[in-house]
Amino acid sequence: MSMNKAGRPTSAQGGQSSDHPTFTGNKALQIEEPLIFEVGDVGKTGVDFPDPEPHEMRLGGLERQKIGLPGLTEPEVMRHYVRISQKNFAIDAGVYPLGSCTMKHNGRLNEKMARLPGFGDVHPLQPESTVQGALELIDTLAAWLLEMTGMAGVAMSPKAGAHGEFCGMAAIKSAQIAKGDARTVVLVPESAHGTNPATAALLGYKVRDIPAREDGTVSPEAVKEALDTDVAGIMLTNPNTCGLFERDIVAIADAVHEAGAYFYCDGANFNAIVGKAKPGDLGVDCMHINLHKTFSTPHGGGGPGSGPVVFSEAIAPYAPVPYVVRNGDAFSLVESVEAADGAHPFGRQTAFHGQMGMFVRALSYMMSHGSDGMRQASEDAVLNANYIRAGLRDVMSQPFGDQVCMHEVLFDDSFLKDSGVTTLDFAKAMIDEGFHPMTMYFPLVVHGAMLIEPTESESKAALDQFIATLRDLVQGTKDGDLVRFTGAPHHAPMARLDETRAARDPVLRWSPEAHAEAAE
Amino acid sequence: MRYLPLTDDDRRSMLADIGVQNIDDLFADIPEDMRLKELIDLPRHASELEVERQLGEMAARNTPASSAPFFVGCGAYKHHVPASVDHLIQRSEFLTAYTPYQPEISQGTLQYLFEFQTQVALLTGMEVANASMYDGSTACGEAVLMAQRLTRRSKAVLSGSLHPQYRDVVSMLSDLSETSLETLAADPEGTEDIIASIDDETACVVVQSPDVFGRVRDLSAVAAAAHEKGALVIAVVTEVISLGALKPPGEMGADIVVAEGQSIGVGLSFGGPYVGLLATRQKYLRQMPGRVCGETVDANGKRGFVLTLSTREQHIRREKATSNICTNSGLCSLAFTIHLSLLGEAGLMKLASINHANAVMLADALAGIKGVDVLTPSFFNEFTIRVPGRGVDVIEALVDKGVLGGVPVARLVPGEKNLQDFIIVAATEVNTAEDRKAYVKALTEVLS
Ligand SMILES: Cc1ncc(COP(=O)(O)O)c(C=O)c1O
Repeated sequence: MSMNKAGRPTSAQGGQSSDHPTFTGNKALQIEEPLIFEVGDVGKTGVDFPDPEPHEMRLGGLERQKIGLPGLTEPEVMRHYVRISQKNFAIDAGVYPLGSCTMKHNGRLNEKMARLPGFGDVHPLQPESTVQGALELIDTLAAWLLEMTGMAGVAMSPKAGAHGEFCGMAAIKSAQIAKGDARTVVLVPESAHGTNPATAALLGYKVRDIPAREDGTVSPEAVKEALDTDVAGIMLTNPNTCGLFERDIVAIADAVHEAGAYFYCDGANFNAIVGKAKPGDLGVDCMHINLHKTFSTPHGGGGPGSGPVVFSEAIAPYAPVPYVVRNGDAFSLVESVEAADGAHPFGRQTAFHGQMGMFVRALSYMMSHGSDGMRQASEDAVLNANYIRAGLRDVMSQPFGDQVCMHEVLFDDSFLKDSGVTTLDFAKAMIDEGFHPMTMYFPLVVHGAMLIEPTESESKAALDQFIATLRDLVQGTKDGDLVRFTGAPHHAPMARLDETRAARDPVLRWSPEAHAEAAE
Repeated sequence: MRYLPLTDDDRRSMLADIGVQNIDDLFADIPEDMRLKELIDLPRHASELEVERQLGEMAARNTPASSAPFFVGCGAYKHHVPASVDHLIQRSEFLTAYTPYQPEISQGTLQYLFEFQTQVALLTGMEVANASMYDGSTACGEAVLMAQRLTRRSKAVLSGSLHPQYRDVVSMLSDLSETSLETLAADPEGTEDIIASIDDETACVVVQSPDVFGRVRDLSAVAAAAHEKGALVIAVVTEVISLGALKPPGEMGADIVVAEGQSIGVGLSFGGPYVGLLATRQKYLRQMPGRVCGETVDANGKRGFVLTLSTREQHIRREKATSNICTNSGLCSLAFTIHLSLLGEAGLMKLASINHANAVMLADALAGIKGVDVLTPSFFNEFTIRVPGRGVDVIEALVDKGVLGGVPVARLVPGEKNLQDFIIVAATEVNTAEDRKAYVKALTEVLS
């Protein structure tokens, strides 16, 4: 019970909320916060240092005079970043069903483990004798990934999914060059994530599109049609970006191999099948695993990620350096192409050894879940997605008909036809209801796509509320209260932002002149 | 299982609502004979306590940087990070959000990205910066590709004192995309003539300062020569604290600056995750890789921020994108921004001067050891020494004496026979006078 000054309990009477403007522009917990450049001061600092000992200057006459960076004290920094943090949605705050991104719960044990000094405070170029435990951790994670995927080799260094795609396709390219069979074309289904064609192009390949069939999957016939001796490989996402398992995957893999090409599987959606099927049994030659998706290393507002790649026997010898080798109880690193005995690494993709901080978190997740928990997680993720499908199938439209989906369910915008509400409006109205919208307008092949991935982390109660809310929104599009949608979000920290203006006349940094002018 | 909210009752009733008998009906699209009947061959789930025990044992088999006199650098540096940085980046709102696709509920992330971009531009002396790359080395590779697009030329010239693993990244890209590359020989003594390699086919020259051997370099002459031939200059900085003491590349004619931001806020973490900085001139914006955040207004005219210029990016442009990068270094850029907000110009410059002071004192102390030569006349916080005997053995012998003494050059360039006796040594604000004494004593003993 809250008390007023006179010691009497306050009552709710007379306290109905309204849009009453405030003097500050703040709205209680939502506090307007300027940029650090507008609140800090170049003379101020939040870090105390002793004075440097007297010494000679050996900077080669290139001393810097000024930078223009403001500083803040610790209390000011805390307040600044806490305030802006309160303008963010996050998994810990609510349902975040961003399709293709696997926004599952991030266990805090994993954070704690990554911060153990033995992992967080070791240098990548320390002598190997002083980092045996770190190398063991990488080797252990690699072994778990191999067991889970049934593949022959693994590259741990790629820094995210897209970096892993490059790794796999570079290994394929190198394998073909080594065989004297260099090729020029990569097959990519139209539903693929943008990183797939971008990766193929980076490696100098031409991209040949593969259309999907009626049911949203790729047919072996379409692949055969597109295969010829120019084709280096196919980049196929499985489960695919429409939330469906490519049921003819084995026939596709066979056709690809028969044509002398290789099968790159985009493993962004591995969360649907961990412990249920092994990519190695499906004819896959390379697959990246987004540790920040399937294995719950936090998304961190856009990264960092980690994208280890697993390989078949045929491609494994071409995997990049560095890699860890185990001899009995001792571990060592192979850091250069010259040192790679018997293998033919395509080179090095990054300085050092990969995203160690993510490796620790992922292994901590895996050990916590174990073989039983990981399989249960995949089953629950798939169950949750299908439960949403079942809860919405009579009111929202599915582009490929109502069929069982994997860990994400895809809707299109035909249920919004003639309502005056777009996919974007619908998503923004979800924000007002306290949900993060699903992935919108992806995959590109589906009109007004809405891709919902609840993950295994949602309770039944959360799903029921989500379903009930979406049903109410669908009803709302029919009831004619269009402002609920077209004006949404009404209750977020910001109204809709003008993205056209941002792109037309880009302001990408604060500068004293421009911002002083704007303030007038 | 502590992470899975569904109960068995929930599962049963949900299956019924979906209209299937059992969970395997939902996996029916997986070919029957490929469906795993048994659990995969890995341990069962484990409690927090058990996992902590096992991982704790592995962690205990490493020597943390803070547990010994520590002088290892070469692209990753041991610095002190204020406690508030790690506290703030673990706030759920930052840690458990993703890419700010919905700007109305992502202004926290977007605002720090805008602050980050501004700080990076100010530090490097450039006009604009992106919202981060994976790390310095991959940023370097991307910068070369960007220069090739901008100049429509193929040849990249790499200084011999570029970090060898950065060079490896660029040469891997060049091998696989069949562009031409000229790499100068490793150059610990600073004698290379990079200008002689610039010609009319040159897209870019890549020069690092302080270079991998620690030497501070004035880029102005290289930049003038490159620009005369229509080539671009890519400046690489692997120790970003140096920008608190040294003239920024932007004031020496650099067209693109890439840097490893790990030193500010991020920590060592055995090599990753780190944060790549990439800054350039406004006019080159459209060829810049990676996400960028821009300022705009909302429907009520209030200032806000959004991801912008996405027509450069893979999700819109697919095979015509400037890069395939999607996930970047989000949370590490937040750590960088918070730490740098705490430092400010005054703090950063002081931190830089302490680093320099400690390195100068260490260099002088090591130079006093019989048989040791300090090869780097001007440097920031890192320099190269020549020792009698193999650097690798000396470093290993120092470990036995409890000192982590630096990086043997042979570890980075195993092929080069004539670099066997070089060691790259770094000193930062974490090193005390006792650390320096311990190093001198240990090295003296090792060499005698
Ligand atoms: C299907 C798919 N492929 C590839 C990627 C790229 O992964 P990352 O963002 O880790 O580079 C993503 C993720 O965003 C994705 O959803």
